Amino acid sequence: MTDIEKLTADTFTKDTGIKVNYTVLPENELRDKVTQDVATKAGQYDVATVGMYEVPIWAKNGWLHELGSYATADPNFDYDDLLKPMVTGLSGDDGKLYGMPFYGESSFLMYRKDVLSAKGLTMPERPTWQQVADLAAKLDGAEPGMKGICLRGLPGWGEVFAPLTTVVNTFGGTWFTKDWQAQVNSPEFTQAVKFYVDLLRAHGEPGAAQAGFTECLNSMSQGKVAMWYDATSGAGSLEDPNVSKVAGKVGYAYAPVAKTKSSGWLWAWAWAMPKTTQKADAAAKFILWASGKDYEKVVGQKLGWSRVPAGKRASTYQIPEYQQAAAAFGDVTLKAIQEADPTNPGTQPRPTVGIQFVTIPEFADLGTKVSQEVSAAIAGKNSVEKALADGQALAEQVAKKYAK
Amino acid sequence: MTTLTKAPPVRTVRPAPMPSTRVRWLRRAPLLPALIFTIVVTQIPFLVTLVISSLNWNILHPGDRSFAGLSNYQFVFTDARLRAAVINTVTMTASVVILSVLIGLGLAVLLDRRFPGRGLARTLLIAPFLVMPVASALLWKHALYNPAYGLFNGVLNALWQAFGADHGPTIDWVSDRPMMAVVAALVWQWTPFMMLILLAGLSTQPPDVLEAAKIDGARALQTFRFVTVPHLRQYLELSVLLGSIYVLQTFDAVFTITQGGPGTATTNLPYEIYLTTFRKYEYGQAAAAGVVVVIGTIIVATFALRVVSSLFSKESPR
Repeated sequence: MTDIEKLTADTFTKDTGIKVNYTVLPENELRDKVTQDVATKAGQYDVATVGMYEVPIWAKNGWLHELGSYATADPNFDYDDLLKPMVTGLSGDDGKLYGMPFYGESSFLMYRKDVLSAKGLTMPERPTWQQVADLAAKLDGAEPGMKGICLRGLPGWGEVFAPLTTVVNTFGGTWFTKDWQAQVNSPEFTQAVKFYVDLLRAHGEPGAAQAGFTECLNSMSQGKVAMWYDATSGAGSLEDPNVSKVAGKVGYAYAPVAKTKSSGWLWAWAWAMPKTTQKADAAAKFILWASGKDYEKVVGQKLGWSRVPAGKRASTYQIPEYQQAAAAFGDVTLKAIQEADPTNPGTQPRPTVGIQFVTIPEFADLGTKVSQEVSAAIAGKNSVEKALADGQALAEQVAKKYAK
Repeated sequence: MTTLTKAPPVRTVRPAPMPSTRVRWLRRAPLLPALIFTIVVTQIPFLVTLVISSLNWNILHPGDRSFAGLSNYQFVFTDARLRAAVINTVTMTASVVILSVLIGLGLAVLLDRRFPGRGLARTLLIAPFLVMPVASALLWKHALYNPAYGLFNGVLNALWQAFGADHGPTIDWVSDRPMMAVVAALVWQWTPFMMLILLAGLSTQPPDVLEAAKIDGARALQTFRFVTVPHLRQYLELSVLLGSIYVLQTFDAVFTITQGGPGTATTNLPYEIYLTTFRKYEYGQAAAAGVVVVIGTIIVATFALRVVSSLFSKESPR
């Protein structure tokens, strides 16, 4: 995001005369600040960066301008080039687009090709979770101090529950049924969480209950773990020899599955225009520019192709320079995003659109509280059954509001 | 604490039809802006908080705002998570304050003696208090506690290897002993504060009294127990009081080191209120919890001070 701030003056402002002032914040503060600003109609921002979780909820509250019509009106923007799952995930209940993706991601399994082949092991292109668990057991200790797999255990709905909900989905579990029955202590949900916790406790990174994306990225890039299941955006850093000891040694497989065909998550940071804006046309111009093809080219030429905000347009993956920069992981990333189905990610119908989260305002709180209990189970402080029984009670309270 | 400061201004503002009124007002005039400013920045937000605490208000459900009466307070007093948070807050505050006062007292006594390099030692000992709370929490989490590359496990590993073992034990400090991990980091941060206050107290100790004690044949420990400690009474009270008020509000260490976990093992009141505000977006409940915490703090601070004072006044001679 700091890239775009640097590039705006020489390109966007120079061409259009529109001056853009940025406020750059870390993710948590961004959420806190932007949510308050938009919800209280303070109107400080003309454009805000929000995630796939917020967009549909905010659209429903009538806080956002619809953006699809701006995009289709501009032939240069090439609306149809946007990846389908991105458009679906950033649309409101009315089917209109309320968030314009800036970059998108799914999840996949990253593994050390060299360590696997030294052990005579192979990674299937589409592994099952059972295969991953078996490999983790064999890779544990493959090098001195090396653990089998890194998975998030840090509390937070966007931390441990991002990967864990994809495991729950593929084991056949769900947070809520289509008609809002809480399912947190169902056999499938329990089996999935047990699998995750057992795998982490047996072959996961040390300090798993405190490890999130950053900690796992660190462990993987320093060669402390043999596998890592997380966001596709992690690959860019792993392949950067300046920060990673394992660049060029990493292979990429699809998100492991159990009962479903695919299980990767879907996430995007997107531009949204609050209803309070006084400068809708200028804001729309900026949004179309920032999510457009030309901006990707500017980044590629000026800052390097590995820094292109990818994962939202099919055409990005046809740029030869980008193909070269993302040779190891580009194809798998694109396919993982294309295969992700936010409307039907598990084995049964869902009440809301979204893969690793339930798109209701209460989920941030519900997911965070249940994640604290799961994290305690990962630390060995309580049992999975206890964690999920507590979670079920919380989920039932939430479900009451929605069940008709 | 803020409401305590309200009492004096009311008295000064009361119209008193005495001849000296004008003179008194003139004398006080330069102070008034500061007083008004203080009232505005401390009491108006508190009043707003009181109002919000009586509302059903989740900002993610616009148009749903309504008067809730006391139901938010009912929630605060019946919620199991908040009760756990109260217990955690008390445990954390008490252990941090007691430990850092004791260690601070020890260090202050040592630093009060003359020895070469005393200035350097003093500066180094103060350093932890000058580190930003978030930075110090990050330092403890990553550089010290981390089971893979942290200093503690590194030292253990080196020790084990020195005695011929292959690899030392891997202890996951933060997950195994979460409360201890947070308390240790906070004690490290707050000990210099206590030390500074107590050191100031020690430096005002009249040397002739100490000399007299020596001539009377008192041993060092007796002098400390019967002369120095009573002399330090006010300073100890002050450090306990200020320490309690500050440590009660601990947020950085909990947020950074444990995220309140595992489970809710280290979720204290400020962190729980943060979760209510920024995850649940239940402003009414968060405000009610905040009000309860402020009232609780005032009560605890007042009583704690009285208890501590009376204890020491009994002990002090005469």
